[in-house]
This record gives sequence, structure tokens and C-alpha cells, in this order.
Amino acid sequence: MVKCGLEIHQQLATKKLFCDCDSELSDEVLYRFERVLRPTQSELGEIDRAALEESLKHRRFIYEVTPNSCLVEADEEPPHELNRESLEIALKIALMLNAQILDEIHVMRKIVIDGSNTSGFQRTALIAVNGYLETSFGRVGIPTICLEEEAARKIEEDDDKVVYRLDRLGIPLVEISTSPEMKSGEEVREVAARIGYLLRATKKVRRGVGTIRQDINISIGEGRVEIKGASRLNMIPKWVNNEIERQKMLRDIARILQERDARVEEKIYDLTDIFENTESRIIKNTLKRGGKILGIKLIGFQGVLKNGNLRLGKELAENVRVLGVKGLFHGDELPAYGISEEEVEKIIRRLELGPNDSFVIIGEKEEKVRIALQKVIDRAKKALIGVPDETRAPKDDGSTVYLRPLPGGARMYPETDIPPIRISEEYIEKLKKELPPLPDERLEELVSMGINREIGWQLIRDGMDDVFEELCTKYGYPRVVARALINGCEGIDYNRIFQYFSEGRFSKEAIDEIVMRACNGEKVEDIVRKFSEKVDIDQVIDEIMKEKMELVKERGMHAFKPLMGLAMQKLRGKVDGRIVSEKLRKRLEEIVNQESK
Amino acid sequence: MEIEPGDYVEVKSKKGVFRGVLMPKHEFSGERIIILKLDNGYNIGIIPESIKLIKKGERKEKKRVMKNFREELPTISVIGTGGTIASYVDYKTGAVHPALTAEELVFSIPEIEEKANIRASILFNVLSEDMRPEYWTRLARKVKNELAKSEGVVIPHGTDTMSYTSAALSFMFPRLSGPVVLVGAQRSSDRPSSDAYMNLLAAIRVAKSELGEVVVTMHATTSDDYCHIHRGTRVRKMHTSRRDAFKSINSKPLGEVRGENIVFYDEFKGRDKETELMDKMDRKVTLIYYYPGLDEEKFESMLEGMNGAIIMGTGLGHVGNHLIISLRNFIRDGGIVGMTSQCLYGRINLNVYSTGRSLKKIGVIPLEDMLPEVAYVKLMWLLGNYDREEAAVLLPKNLRGEISSRRMITW
Repeated sequence: MVKCGLEIHQQLATKKLFCDCDSELSDEVLYRFERVLRPTQSELGEIDRAALEESLKHRRFIYEVTPNSCLVEADEEPPHELNRESLEIALKIALMLNAQILDEIHVMRKIVIDGSNTSGFQRTALIAVNGYLETSFGRVGIPTICLEEEAARKIEEDDDKVVYRLDRLGIPLVEISTSPEMKSGEEVREVAARIGYLLRATKKVRRGVGTIRQDINISIGEGRVEIKGASRLNMIPKWVNNEIERQKMLRDIARILQERDARVEEKIYDLTDIFENTESRIIKNTLKRGGKILGIKLIGFQGVLKNGNLRLGKELAENVRVLGVKGLFHGDELPAYGISEEEVEKIIRRLELGPNDSFVIIGEKEEKVRIALQKVIDRAKKALIGVPDETRAPKDDGSTVYLRPLPGGARMYPETDIPPIRISEEYIEKLKKELPPLPDERLEELVSMGINREIGWQLIRDGMDDVFEELCTKYGYPRVVARALINGCEGIDYNRIFQYFSEGRFSKEAIDEIVMRACNGEKVEDIVRKFSEKVDIDQVIDEIMKEKMELVKERGMHAFKPLMGLAMQKLRGKVDGRIVSEKLRKRLEEIVNQESK
Repeated sequence: MEIEPGDYVEVKSKKGVFRGVLMPKHEFSGERIIILKLDNGYNIGIIPESIKLIKKGERKEKKRVMKNFREELPTISVIGTGGTIASYVDYKTGAVHPALTAEELVFSIPEIEEKANIRASILFNVLSEDMRPEYWTRLARKVKNELAKSEGVVIPHGTDTMSYTSAALSFMFPRLSGPVVLVGAQRSSDRPSSDAYMNLLAAIRVAKSELGEVVVTMHATTSDDYCHIHRGTRVRKMHTSRRDAFKSINSKPLGEVRGENIVFYDEFKGRDKETELMDKMDRKVTLIYYYPGLDEEKFESMLEGMNGAIIMGTGLGHVGNHLIISLRNFIRDGGIVGMTSQCLYGRINLNVYSTGRSLKKIGVIPLEDMLPEVAYVKLMWLLGNYDREEAAVLLPKNLRGEISSRRMITW
């Protein structure tokens, strides 16, 4: 059974959560310093899985200080008291989600040692529980709402260091988690859109790229995967549905492997000598740099690594790519990449592989290969069971890629530097009276601006209602604006399009095409420039008519289609096709009528 | 059965039903509030309507870490005084415990085992601000005992008064058979970003060196790159919270530690064959901060019953002229008065202005570029171990590097 849950992180437009710095991004770097983080052990000697993986990387963290970061972000001064304005906004959001606000709020430290928090932990507080949201798919539970601090912004990363900027660290974030009860990507998108609306309705959330982030949890019944940073609403169905397919594939692979009694050997073999005279450029380069080619046996794995839909090899490669290891090859894909059949034969003989067995080889510096192959061994073992718990990153093509294991149960302990905050019933009652309009009330506002209900809903659902209001107030034309927003996509410069439109640079009919082309990546300026070039459409049409008079006489109005093709050859990109079509048709009619007289 | 912190309970409240571990009460919590640690790790405060016990909390068994003695490694003593530097956190309750035994210390920083055999002991467990001169004496005696059995001593110490302790130990040991290294942390060691690890490892490194002085080893910069070794009589905490709060004043640090590399910038006193301890202190010494508005009455009440006083004067070493008579009387009655500056940086000079000359004339001793707190500790120690005349002569003399004749433009 498919179960999806959503976690939404929204930045608030207040000062930072634990100091008096502005919540903005900045490109002004004033100073740099360098730190190391250690996984702290619990008393029982347990180290967090994710923490361990990070520390394996032996990395230094470099922090860039910006004007909007102080000693608090540098972990050189204890946090100030929790920002009360951001708390109030978070509480209002909780009330809008029908949640119960806790009597007293305790700030916790959640251990995070990837360097994104200078302290090595993220400060976070659970502020409300047991909320819910009505959707067209039914009611979705909102078990927890938290207020926490944003992490530092990753600027650069290589094998031994990560550079973070402190501008983003400490910006207040509201974290809203739903129950894992959604069944499809479409449902997840609707919930995300509805929550997004509630957040914006407070008018106190930050807007723009990266200010809201969605993490999606997906499980088909075994294992749990988190897609981190699935921020584009319209991509959510793709990411979710592809991930469901990937998990089904892993389940199928596990069944095949279990039937075959497949297993993974721990032993690592040195196969460097096999490649002494290799033609493979990648392997040659590896050897030149002093690298080694080591391999492992995957007993019973033949045909699941890369075979039709079965793609376990890709999973293995992704697991080592995060260590900076790129040269992984497996039995299902070889011979290829310059590795010859003879070399593959030698590997098979050396590893004494049977017909159902396969192998993985990696070329790199020996120490690195051993770490990488250990990861491959671990990952391959998990394939025997099914879907491993992991964190994945969304990609533009709708797929996802392995990032790291899912963090174990959050290691949290109290933030002793911040006193608990009592929330009284009187305060909650006061906040209830100040809540912003709910979607239905918002709809009425939009309708009053001159569009119909259906379009109004669509704008609210797509999270475009604020943009609509802004454009309408500035330029008028509510129906034109609404149509452009609904047909368009996120992230294009609507403001500029409508500014040019209001300056009369192109006709209303051109907007559809301009928006479409902007969505395909063309710059608004360029499109509009072409549209505004002075072209005498009538002259172009007249020329075509003269040239093709025979055709017109012969076929009458049936000549429209070929003539239109010719006209568009000359006018495409400069004039909206509909205008051309209108004029051409009119002219053609005139001529045909004349002829028939 | 009674419900106590640590038990897993179910709580009914107006806000819903919650399950979690009952936590100890927070000192700032509301009156009727109880604190629960939920299964998701969060603590919440709620007003309970009823509490039901689900499962008694388990008493946790402490995991023992075996400590191996390694012949090839030097032995270093670690004397705990109660700073949070070597503490660890109980993730169930969130409480921070000091590491009380050698095993716990090694457990919190496992690399230590690779560097030295550790003789760890806890002498006392006080907050830095609760330190008292008699603790300095107890500590010094313990140091002497330990130096007979190890090559060096590391003293984890709260940072607030660390420089007073380092000054006291500096004077109490005219000769040392090994380094005495005070070390602290500005971020407690339960945090992944704690400076405790690097500072403590650097301190262990210094304790293995040829040094025969009391020093403080702490972060040199805000980065986790290297530590400075500060002379115990020159160091001062100059920031409330930064990692690099400790600075050598009117002097360069003695050296630095970068990983396992130790570099001394200048000359230092080496190990002596024997350790000599002079551990008496005269408590009848006061440290007075002069400010506009300090009148004769307040001033005299501070001097009342004292054998000596260190004044933190303004600028080159001044107090208001209205206090000169009080000072003259105090000195005439046998009191010793040393002058230091609240500027901290720079040398006292009582020849430049007429007030200075008047102070000098009545017998106020200008203490060069000595830090006020160091002068205070020094005078206590001098009066504890020497007669009045000798103490007055030794006070402005450089005994442990606390005074220098030159100050450079580049420090």
C-alpha cells in the first residue's frame, strides 16, 4: 500500500529566530572561518547513522560571515530568546490548521553534523499537535507543527571541505508535517498547494526561490524514502509517482534475489593486474593516477543490475557517487566503456562466477575504493531485503537520486540556553481573532476583482493568487492576467510581460505565446523585442497572394492552409499566429469573393 | 506505584493524549506544567488532567570502557575541578554530566588514549565563579603530588576565573618538574561544535613538552585551527563567549599547538628536577576598581582591615586626588598598595602627571604592566610567604613572567 507524507518548511519574514539579524540572503562576505564538528556519542556509545556517514568524509567546514550574521550564527554567543513575532506567526498557522497549541514550548537541539549548523545541532520546538486539513481527496492529518531555525546555505563542496554562508542560518522556519496517508502524487500536490496558501495568507512568510521547501516521505509498505527539497508544486506528482515505481522495482528485485538465494560476499578482490593493457580510457587514467581496480562478487545478482526495468546497478553507483567515486562498473553493463570481453572473462574466472552471479568493480585510490566497495556491499545486502530507508534528491527530469541514509530517530536534547515559553489560553483566543482569511474568503476577494469562481480556485490552488492580485492592481486586465498565470509556469517574469503589455508593445493575443516561450526558457526581453519589430503584415500577405494567385484561383478558401504555412514562415515570432490567421482569412475571402463575381 | 522522571507515561490533557518519558521539571517552567519527551524526541510542556504509568524507567547501566596502559606513551595527570569541559550528555534526560572518572574522560574524547596514559582524578566540583583562594592551595598540593607520578598535569577548569587560578599556581610553584596546563571550553562538550576537544588535546600535547611553567591552552582564533599557549601570569579572558576569549596581555603568547605540532615563539622556563611549592596565601588583600564617584567613605571601608590593596586606576595609574589622604594613612599604618591600570593594556607610569607623582610620593607602588588580577593574587601570595618589607620589594619585581620591560608595537 502506498503511503505518502509531506513535510513543508516555510521561512518567515521576521528577524532571525534567535538573534537580531535580518532574514535575508546576502552576497557580501565579510570574513571566513573554519570549524570541525564531531559526532557526540550518547552514553550507550551509539553514533547516529547519518552522523557517522558525514564524519567518514573527514571534512572541514568553512563559514562565510555576511552583514546579516552575528556571533550567534558563528556559534560564538549563546542564542537570544526566541523571536516572539515568528512564534506568533507559527501559532497562527497552527490554528489555521486546526491544531492544538501546547501549553508550554520547549526548544530542543537536534543533532546535525553535516556542517549546515555551526553549533552541530538545529534548534527546533514542537509548538502544536493534532491538526488537520480538508482536501478534495478527504481529510489529511497534521500531527505536528514545529518552529525551527534554518540551516546555513551551502555555497561550495568538494572532497575535503564544504563552504557554507551564514546569511540563511537562523531564519525562522515553520515545519508542518502531515500524516503518511496520501496515496498519490496528485494528492500530495494538492495538500502542498493548500498548505502553501495558508502560509502565504499570513503575509509574513518569505517569498521567492528556496523560501519554501517540501520533503516527501514515500513508502510502498517496506522501507521509507524521503525526497528532500521537492519544491516545485507541478513536479510533485512526477517525483512521487516515479519514486513509487522505483520502490516497486526494488521490491521485484528483492523477490528475484530471494528466489535465487542470492548473497553478497564481504571479500574485496584486487583485479588491477587484469587491466594492465586495457584499452579503457577511464581505467587507464585511474591507473596512471596510482589508483587500483578492486571488485566484489554479487552471487545471484546477474540480470538485476541493468536489465529492462531492473536497475540495481544505478542504485549502487549513486551510493558511491556521494563519496566522490564515479568509476563503478557492474557485470550487467560490461563489456563496455572500453573494457573488453576478454577482460570481463578474466574477472569472471578470477571471481569464479556462476551463470547467475555478477560483480562490481571500482577504480580509484585504494583507500577510497575500499570505503566505496564497503558501501556497495552494504547496499547490495539491502537489495536482498527490499527498499532501504534513504534520503533522495529530486531532479529536473522527475527522477530522484540517492543522497544519504535516512537519519535515525532524531537525537534531541533540550536547548538549555533558552527558557521554556508558556502559551496561555487567553493568548490563543486573541490569536484566533486575528487569523487571515481562509481560502473560501480569499476566493470571494478574487471574484470581486473580476474573474469567475473556477479561475479563482485554480489561482488559489496553484499558489498564484498573490501574484494575480499584484499584477491586476498594477496593470488591470484581470481575465488576461489570470489566463496567463494559469497557462504559464512558475518562475517566469510575469511582471515584465505585463509591464510591456501595458506599454502597448504587443497585442493581448500575443500573451499566450510569449508566456509559453518564456516557460521554455527564452528571455522575456528577447521575445518581446521580436514581437515589437515593425512588420507590415498586410504587405507580407499581399505578396504571398500575388505569388500564389494560381493556387487561390484553383482552390478558393481551401488555399488557406498552405498560404498560412507560407505566411507563418515569414512572420513566426514577430506576430501572433492568430492575428496572421485572421488577416489572411479576411484577405483570402475578399479575393475569393471578387473572383466569383 | 509512584510516577517519577524517567518513566514512560500516558498523559491526558485538554490538548490531547500524549505518550512519552516524564522529564525532570525545568526551573523556569510554569506551575502546573509537566514536561514529556515524546517518541519523536521533542520535549513538550502540558497541563495534565491525568497521568497513567505505562512502563517504569530503566536504570541504565553505565558502559565501562577499558583503559589500556601503554608502555610507550607518557603519563599525564588530569585533575578535574568541575568545569564543563569534560562533560557528556544523557540523551534520554538531556542532563549534562561532568566526566568524573578517567574512563569517562577517555570515553568523551577517545583520541586521548592514543596520546598518553591518563591519570584522571576529580579534586573538587565547583563552578568557576565559586572558586576561592583555599581551593588554589588544595589544587597546588594535588599538582605537586601528581607531578611526582606523571610528566605533566592538565587541569580542566571553568573559564571565568581560570586566569586567577593560573596566576596563583604560577606564584606558588617557584620550580616545576613538568608543565601545568589549565584548559577550558567556551562551548560545552555535549555539543558537536565544542572547543573542548581541540583544547584538551592541545593541553595534553603541551603537558608532554619540556615546559616548566603554569600555562593556559585555549583556542587562538574563532576557527578550529590552533591553540595558543598563554603564560599563567599573562592571560586574561577578554570575551564573554567567544572561543578565542583568552588573550595574552602586554605579551606575546608563549607558543601554539597545531594538531601534534607545538611551537614556542620565544624563550620559556624548562622543567626543573624538583617541584617546589610555596602554598600560603594571605586573604587580607583587596582589589579595588577606581571610578568617578568612589568617595573616601566607600574607599576606606574597602581598605579596612587589609594588609594590602591592588588598585585598578585610570589611565597611567591614577585615582582621584580626594583619595590620596586615605591611601597615605593606609600605607603609613603598614598596608601595601600596588597600582595597576583598568586599561589592562600598557604600563603604569606615575611620573607623567601630578596625581601620579603625589601617589608615588606617599608610597604607592607602580606595578609596571602587570594585570590587576595577577597583582592581586601575587600580593596575597607574597604576604603569605614573605614579611612585609620583602613583599613590598618583590611586588614590582618580575618573578614568573608577570612583568616585562618592553612592550612591542606588534603585540
